[in-house]
Amino acid sequence: MKKHNTLKNHAQEVRLFYQRTLFIGGVLIFLVLCLVARLFWLQIIQNRFYLTLSQQNHISFLPIEPKRGLIYDRNGMLIAENTPVFNLEVMAGRKKQMLNLIDEISKIIPISQTEKELFLKQLKQKRLYQEVTLKIKLTEEELATFYVNQFRFPGVSVKARLSRHYPEGPLFSPVLGYVGRINEHELKQLDASNYAASDYMGKLGIEKFYEFLLHGRVGYQQVEVDASGHVVRVLQRILPVSGENLFLSIDSHLQHVAYDALKGEVGAVVAIDPQNGQVLALVSYPAYDPNLFVAGLTNQQYQDIQADPTQPLYNRALRGQYSMGSTIKPFLALAALDEGIIAAEDKIYDVGYYQIKGNQHIYHDWKRTGHGVVDLKRAIAESCDTYFYQLSMKLGIERIDNTLWDFGFGDLTQLDVGEEVSGLVASPSWKKKRLGQAWFPGDTLNAGIGQGYMLATPVQLAHATATLAAKGQGYLPTLLLLRQQESGRLLRTLPRKEEVIEIEPSHWQTIHLAMQQVIASPAGTAHYLNRGLKYSMAGKTGTAQVFSLKQNQKYNAAMLPKELRDNKIFIAFAPIDQPKIAVAVVTEHSLKATLIARTVMDAYLEEQANHPAN
Amino acid sequence: MSILNFPTLWSKARKKGSPYVTIWELLHLDLILVFALSLLLVVGLIILYSAANQEVVVLNRQILRLALAWLVLFVCAQIPPQRYLFWAPYFFAVSLGLLIAVLLLGHIGKGAKRWLDVGFIRIQPSELLKISLPMMLAYYFHDKSLPPRLGNVIVAFLIIFIPAGLIAKQPDLGTALLITGSGLAVLVFAGLSWRWLVGALVSVVCIAPLMWHFMHTYQRERILTFLNPERDPLGSGYHIIQSKIALGSGGLFGKGWLQGTQSHLQFLPEHATDFIFAVCGEEFGLVGTLILISINLLIVGRALYISMQASDTFSRLLAGGLTLTFFISFFVNTGMVTGLLPVVGIPLPLVSYGGTSMVTLMAGLGIVMSIATRRKLIAA
Repeated sequence: MKKHNTLKNHAQEVRLFYQRTLFIGGVLIFLVLCLVARLFWLQIIQNRFYLTLSQQNHISFLPIEPKRGLIYDRNGMLIAENTPVFNLEVMAGRKKQMLNLIDEISKIIPISQTEKELFLKQLKQKRLYQEVTLKIKLTEEELATFYVNQFRFPGVSVKARLSRHYPEGPLFSPVLGYVGRINEHELKQLDASNYAASDYMGKLGIEKFYEFLLHGRVGYQQVEVDASGHVVRVLQRILPVSGENLFLSIDSHLQHVAYDALKGEVGAVVAIDPQNGQVLALVSYPAYDPNLFVAGLTNQQYQDIQADPTQPLYNRALRGQYSMGSTIKPFLALAALDEGIIAAEDKIYDVGYYQIKGNQHIYHDWKRTGHGVVDLKRAIAESCDTYFYQLSMKLGIERIDNTLWDFGFGDLTQLDVGEEVSGLVASPSWKKKRLGQAWFPGDTLNAGIGQGYMLATPVQLAHATATLAAKGQGYLPTLLLLRQQESGRLLRTLPRKEEVIEIEPSHWQTIHLAMQQVIASPAGTAHYLNRGLKYSMAGKTGTAQVFSLKQNQKYNAAMLPKELRDNKIFIAFAPIDQPKIAVAVVTEHSLKATLIARTVMDAYLEEQANHPAN
Repeated sequence: MSILNFPTLWSKARKKGSPYVTIWELLHLDLILVFALSLLLVVGLIILYSAANQEVVVLNRQILRLALAWLVLFVCAQIPPQRYLFWAPYFFAVSLGLLIAVLLLGHIGKGAKRWLDVGFIRIQPSELLKISLPMMLAYYFHDKSLPPRLGNVIVAFLIIFIPAGLIAKQPDLGTALLITGSGLAVLVFAGLSWRWLVGALVSVVCIAPLMWHFMHTYQRERILTFLNPERDPLGSGYHIIQSKIALGSGGLFGKGWLQGTQSHLQFLPEHATDFIFAVCGEEFGLVGTLILISINLLIVGRALYISMQASDTFSRLLAGGLTLTFFISFFVNTGMVTGLLPVVGIPLPLVSYGGTSMVTLMAGLGIVMSIATRRKLIAA
């Protein structure tokens, strides 16, 4: 039956199978055509699109950090260099993974809490597979320990990098500032592509001001990477352009002398060449070690520095605002001569105090017994207050202010380091606005002896002294002397001439000679500097009662006994006929400013005498 | 030429009038299929050498597997179709039993229970079903009058969907779809009514949402990703995106042998196994992929021709089903690599690195050859 059935249908079945096979064959061909069409679409029509994607996959641009420019002093001494250090770098991964890794690493190499925090902070800014520094400046021992255990830490490697180093430590910190790690906030403001390979940037001082010269131009290498981000080979390299080397006008030797002379004090020294405005020395004491900031301060270190009552982070040369005291007197005398209000020979009789007509108030001279018969020369040499009371009364506050402004007080000196503050030249309108009070004649008298509201920074004082020494031809103070580009090309900075203060030459001469008497005259307030002096020197002492400045409030509370003592200010220039150096020295609550100025001048002028070719 | 012609001439001279006209028939091998397969294997090895990053060890292992596969093909070709007819139900029963065993005590590989460890060898019962299922269907229909009646079709559906369901549960969606496809193909070959065919298609569309409900999360992921690879470019969409980049960047002539960046730099995952077709497309371009497709079409076309020439129902259906198994493997793999189909783990026949499926497919083709060289005997 079954067999019969099969036999009966055999031919029909074969035909059926033929039909079905052809049908299925047709379906298969249709499917294959779909596949071919798809391949044509992908490989021919979309080819360019996918080719681009494929290149984006495996070609990647890695930035190369440019070498930061070096900084030299005027004699070519290196004061900021790049030293090779060995850093422990970790390929960025997931946070949890990273924390475990750090735990493991810290078993063989100590990782501080600060380093860990810094690392995690940086980790957020980096992409996967980018390298993040975990620990910088490995010691040789740590290096050896790591290499022995390296197989346990894939993705962790030791990288030799150049790190900023300041060989003189705190000596140049008020000038140079320091570099530090770029933080998240700064990253947003930087040219991201140029800083793609940089971890550090100038944070303060010259390092910050000339960041655009020092940093250089980033380089790139085009590399082939595999799917896990490892570089397989380098295809092309665009070398970075190193930052420019900077030569500063600072004289290291002089800086050293001033720094050493300030030891034990709290204060600042600024020395300027009056012939061109170049800053020869700029010292604030005490100072901090900028190398600490390169490494990154630990919390403890930062707190210690903050808690130091002498405030080493406070750059007194640029930001310290002091009452000018009697150093204001030569400038006012010059104005009075110029205005014809007094003549150099005019004499007054000083009984030891001054009274405004119709007013009971007595304004004392610092010498209660009085100076007797006083002319201009004696008034400056002995710093006679009574003489300047009557002089400032005659001059009036308006002309006093104008004179001070002419000499650059009350405004930034535009020193190419930034940071500085403007000081204060007080005027009736200022008083009205800030204190809501009228200007009293007493305020003018106080201004006349530099005890009122007037404030000046050491760099302003030095700058004004240089202008005074150069008989009115001022220069904006500058630090940058030369730029050396990678190609070796040198670019010199030109002196920045200021508008000449037009005063008759004889009046300048009068003031110079009067200032010489401060040292030369046996009655001069700094006569003790005259001993062994090998050159002619003009100066003016100043003593300022300490004002409760905002910056100093904390400081005052901490050092109450010393706080009662006055600040000493001394401005000077030498030699008188051809001034080569003008200095301003401030010592807080100490009288040593004059001696420090002499030490600095000796060092500069005697060294110059030995090397006249400078 | 002479090499190919030599056996024919030789045998014609020596054995005129004998049923064994050529040495190929003596060996029960089909010349065209052997030629196409050899071509595919050579091309496959060339691609694999590049895909495996020029590791000779990998190549050696593959050659060893190929030798084994050829041996299996040869052995299968020696067994006459009647023997297969006799053993078909037992073979099916055993493979189904193993399939159940694997679900109960199978080994877990890549998140799925597929292997059965029998001490010296690891058996993947789902592979056995690629052969035993079409064989069982051919057996079932061989003495029924065709086109099949409703009752027969229902039984056939049971034969298909019971193992398919078990395999899908492992879960191995790719193989489940593969055997379902080849099983349904046998039904179509057997003359399933067009009306029912259309009805089945419609019901599949209706059942699809229900299937969705029973799917594993990873299977759903794959389908969602198939529909939109950009949905998860670094996760499940990564495979297909990288594969399309590899193919698309190849262009007309490709980047050149050993020059593919997608595979050599590890962007393309599974580049020696499931995604080896993309390596071919990247390094040899459209020309390369078309050559590969042509060789496969030659194999499938020849095998279909053989099934048409077969003398009895069992042989026809078996050869047709096995041919479709081969074609579906090829099409599902290339469809997946080109983004036409969702990602299901089916290797490219005879090219992908790995042994199991290669041996199965070669065994199937061995059976096809057995049928090819014995049509006269049965017909007599």
